[in-house]
Amino acid sequence: MYQIIKQIIRTGIKTEAAPLPDETMRATPARLQQQILDRLGGALSIRLVDAGSCNGCELEIHAVNNAYYNIEGLGIRFVASPRHADMLLVTGPVSRHMMEALRRTYDATPDPKLVVAIGECACNGGMFAPDGGRENYASCGKVSNVIPVDVAVTGCPPTPTAILQGILTAISRQI
Amino acid sequence: MPITHPGLQLQRLAGAIPVWHGRIIEADLLPVCESVRDGGGRLVALWGSDERVFGAGFSLHVVLVNEAGLICLTLPLSAVQPDYPDISAIFPAASRMQRAAYDLLGIRARDACDQRKWLRHAAWSEGAYPLRKDFDHPHFGSSLRSPPPHQGEEAIDRSPAENGTQTHDDYPFVQVEGQGVHEIPVGPVHAGIIEPGHFRFSVIGERVLRLEERLGYVHKGIEKLFEINSLYDGCKLAGRVSGDSTVAYAWAYAMAAESIANVTPPDIALWMRALFLERERISNHLGDLGYLGNDVAFSFGFAQFWILKEQLLRNNAELFGHRYLMDAIIPGGVRAGIDESGKQTLLAECEMLEREVRLLRSVYEEHAGVQDRFIGTGSVAPELAARLGLCGLAGRASSQAWDMRVQCASAPYGMLDVQMATHRNGDVAARVIVRFDEIFESLRLQREIMANLLGGDDLAYPVSQLPANGFGIGMVEGWRGEVMVAIHTYAEGNPDRVHPHDPSWQNWPVLEHAIIGNIVPDFPLINKSFNLSYSGHDL
Repeated sequence: MYQIIKQIIRTGIKTEAAPLPDETMRATPARLQQQILDRLGGALSIRLVDAGSCNGCELEIHAVNNAYYNIEGLGIRFVASPRHADMLLVTGPVSRHMMEALRRTYDATPDPKLVVAIGECACNGGMFAPDGGRENYASCGKVSNVIPVDVAVTGCPPTPTAILQGILTAISRQI
Repeated sequence: MPITHPGLQLQRLAGAIPVWHGRIIEADLLPVCESVRDGGGRLVALWGSDERVFGAGFSLHVVLVNEAGLICLTLPLSAVQPDYPDISAIFPAASRMQRAAYDLLGIRARDACDQRKWLRHAAWSEGAYPLRKDFDHPHFGSSLRSPPPHQGEEAIDRSPAENGTQTHDDYPFVQVEGQGVHEIPVGPVHAGIIEPGHFRFSVIGERVLRLEERLGYVHKGIEKLFEINSLYDGCKLAGRVSGDSTVAYAWAYAMAAESIANVTPPDIALWMRALFLERERISNHLGDLGYLGNDVAFSFGFAQFWILKEQLLRNNAELFGHRYLMDAIIPGGVRAGIDESGKQTLLAECEMLEREVRLLRSVYEEHAGVQDRFIGTGSVAPELAARLGLCGLAGRASSQAWDMRVQCASAPYGMLDVQMATHRNGDVAARVIVRFDEIFESLRLQREIMANLLGGDDLAYPVSQLPANGFGIGMVEGWRGEVMVAIHTYAEGNPDRVHPHDPSWQNWPVLEHAIIGNIVPDFPLINKSFNLSYSGHDL
């Protein structure tokens, strides 16, 4: 126990300041009222859906939970069920085998809800849909081919800062 | 020569690792497989290719490994009725690979006891085979939602079957019957930040009687995409087969291409590749050790290990331009080198990690609650591991002493004398110990690599185009296990058929055994201790 407490004290606080929202990430105009956004912004619950990613984006979504980005410190947490969520983070080109699961997850998320597409593949198909997000036999391409997307965070994978920025953009007032 | 058999002609391929390749006749396949197994060898991969455009039929390729190196056997199959003898009785790990080869290419293992579909769900129908050159996929466009305009839920098309696209996947799970037995279906969308897959638990009370996995959810047609990519774009794609193993895949791909082109990358590039691979190993082990703490409600472990991982990732970004080193390896060499100040940064990082990880290891080892959850959980006995072909990190934790950096050491590993970490308990605790040991060994290797890294050379030699009728294999010991990439060229130029193979193919079936008799709440912990890839498996 002594060792653990000593290590915690020695480590100190690593958390860095949160980034500001970035309007260029907005895929569709904000549609939630300010009142709702304020409420969500105070305690946001997120459900992640990997709809076909290579696991690269998941690594960075894990990283936003580490002490440096400390997403929970902002009142944002990842939840185990879409029924508890206000926001879906969706990664990957949507594989055909995940299309139905993604739609059902979206349906199970109560309104008002937000969707943030994470990563190059989720935003425009990436390497898996070479023709600008178009589908092939196994993949439906970008996420907006399947469910509506509010904010798109590009990058392969996007940095934790960009992911955090995307999440904060979705719950901020449109300028 | 790794194996001799009357009438079997094997040829050593050029390249970084010892690979022998040859054609085999059907009657010899089973005896050769048996003799490799009896000599302590294992199955690495199995895939097929469509060679009908050249007036031939299909081909089955089987890669085996023993102490002497890799043996790749090619069995020509008929164009009309492509089938071959089932090898899953000799190598149980072959079963799912054979089922996948049927789903994708329509080549069937005769008399295999499990003939169910594996990678195919509902995206394409039975009788259509995506990897056949004449596969013509129907246009799926109208089954998708037309792009944006935000109209809320009504705009989303929900009819189950349009244009013959089914969305429902009928799969005959094995049913367990008896008094008090019930099923718990989990997934594909899991309650955490993980990849999708379906697990069907049959339980009595809290104890698991049986687990059956259903994978293939993230199948995105990678092998088909390789057909249209150039040599260099293919390397980028290989680096995205499984994002957590991007270095291992890119290296294996480059190694296969270099074998066909008969190019040896500059020394400095080989040292850099080894540096990248060891950094990938350390970063994944750190992340997993953190999550293993988290899964036993010891969030201190998560916080501490992920601070270390983040520091390593930041150094990667600063020195090599990418946190996970994606696209740092290209055919013929590497993209990023290192200068003297970069070396100093990494040496300081090595020292810091050595110190911190030692401290955290002692915290894990002395924490009664953590050890209570780790020890004896998810155990795979060495005999079972050997029979099922468990490989990589999980294999080494169950006495399977295989590490490609030792047995098939490609340059520069031949000069590094890698110390393999093994354990014989085969439980979560053993997999944790192997991870710790491998971190320390990788730190030692990093220091050694940096002492050997001398600047001044080219970072890469050009590999312009590959010769026709080429075949090459690359294999690298990634952090999870052995990652293999095979490349076939038919015409001169770019790869025509690429098969990436993840060690998860071997290890997923063993996870079904590891959980038996454990309680359901221990599944996340056991699963994490293996940390297998979905994307690398589903392709």
